[in-house]
Amino acid sequence: MSQTPSELRYAKSHEWARLEEDGTVTVGITDHAQHALGDVVFVELPEVGSTLAAGDEAGVVESVKAASDIYSPVGGEVLAINEKLEDEPETVNADPYSDGWFFKLQPSDTSELEELLGAEDYQAACDEDD
Amino acid sequence: MDLLTTPLHDLHLELGAKMVPFAGYDMPVQYPAGIIREHQHTREQAGLFDVSHMGQVLVRGADAAAALERLVPADLEGLGEHRQTYTLFTNETGGVLDDLIVTRWSDDCFFLVVNAACKAQDIAHLQAGLTGCEVEVLAERALLALQGPGARAVMAELCPAAAELVFLQGCHTRIGDSEVYITCSGYTGEDGFEISAANADAEAIARRLLACDAVEPIGLGARDSLRLEAGLCLYGHELNTEITPVEAGLTWAIAKCRRPDGARAGGFPGADAIFAHLATPPAHRRVGLAVDGKRPVREGQAVLNADGERIGEVCSAAFGASFGGPIAMAYIEREFGGIGTALSVDVRGKAVAVTVTKMPFVPQRYFRG
Repeated sequence: MSQTPSELRYAKSHEWARLEEDGTVTVGITDHAQHALGDVVFVELPEVGSTLAAGDEAGVVESVKAASDIYSPVGGEVLAINEKLEDEPETVNADPYSDGWFFKLQPSDTSELEELLGAEDYQAACDEDD
Repeated sequence: MDLLTTPLHDLHLELGAKMVPFAGYDMPVQYPAGIIREHQHTREQAGLFDVSHMGQVLVRGADAAAALERLVPADLEGLGEHRQTYTLFTNETGGVLDDLIVTRWSDDCFFLVVNAACKAQDIAHLQAGLTGCEVEVLAERALLALQGPGARAVMAELCPAAAELVFLQGCHTRIGDSEVYITCSGYTGEDGFEISAANADAEAIARRLLACDAVEPIGLGARDSLRLEAGLCLYGHELNTEITPVEAGLTWAIAKCRRPDGARAGGFPGADAIFAHLATPPAHRRVGLAVDGKRPVREGQAVLNADGERIGEVCSAAFGASFGGPIAMAYIEREFGGIGTALSVDVRGKAVAVTVTKMPFVPQRYFRG
């Protein structure tokens, strides 16, 4: 059974977004997503300093089975990327909501978070897919 | 269309397998351990694979060896009792209809294991091509593979007769009360065994094997990455009706006695086309590719030379968990096939650097006695 923490916001394309206390937004992929992908072997992340709009392609996650695009759940400037994923992409499988984060944004409009799904709705959408 | 199931289907579900459709069967692609861990476990200890979807066929008849030799380029007249050989059903243009393992059970009886996706066509091909022979499809039998460096010790506990087998040898024996035919063969490059058993006995045998500490269940995902690391072909990827055994690097599978200067030269479909490739190397060949870095390449992507020109295509790709990175097989223009040649693969517009690499990617560990 997948974990879906209640404090996060979710995109239908299986990214999560967390509003941090300093106003930045951390992004990763969900437990449901890492489970469906299988063992992750490579992650391509956006460039630090680049600006993304909500729904923009932000990188690629490659598992033993397939390549999947990842999309930015909200718009903003990329402040940091998780460099650990370069050498240890399996962290995405082991710990999708903390050590396996993908990138951090300075959001251009935090109200975009409201347009994302809450945990319950995201979980319901996943259950429908299964 | 409803998917077929193997006798181990309930066991796969109980073990938490993720099931996928494969060749018309509902099959486990992975268990909770995941593909990479399953791959590593097989190379380190022993993995149990359900390969019951594959076709098992008996061919009987006074002239069975000669009759089968009209369909494959193997030396079956010279094959010893309970010895096996890898061979190919060729077509009239020298392409491959399927690859298979043939075991001689007796003077006039051969046991064939063919690919699941090809088995209906193979059976029709046998029935049409083998006049005077009886073709019996063993639909009531399952097939399990136990593979890895720990496999022999496991067999020594459960079935001492099997633990005496050397690579490409088989025997009729028993596991507990179950009658089985066990061969020392497999699809991983490791020492290991394939166990043919009645459907009704398969689950009990699988449970006995899984009860051994060394043994874990392994799905089709790791089966594919293991065979790719071992440099072994998969029908529909490295082999098809348009590719000759010579292009596929399987010249070794054309028995000496069936070659142009052999005692029983030719006499199989497409011999002329295959002999032409033996005489004049074909334009393309199968090679192994190791990716420089971590970004995987995928089947169907173009292989490019140093000038960025398309020289071939990836036919299989996987994460080589024991090799230590993404690997692939490709058909490329022969002149670029030298070991160590730097090439690239077009991954959705990005040129990913790869190097032509000797196969197998990891050493084979077959037990030859």
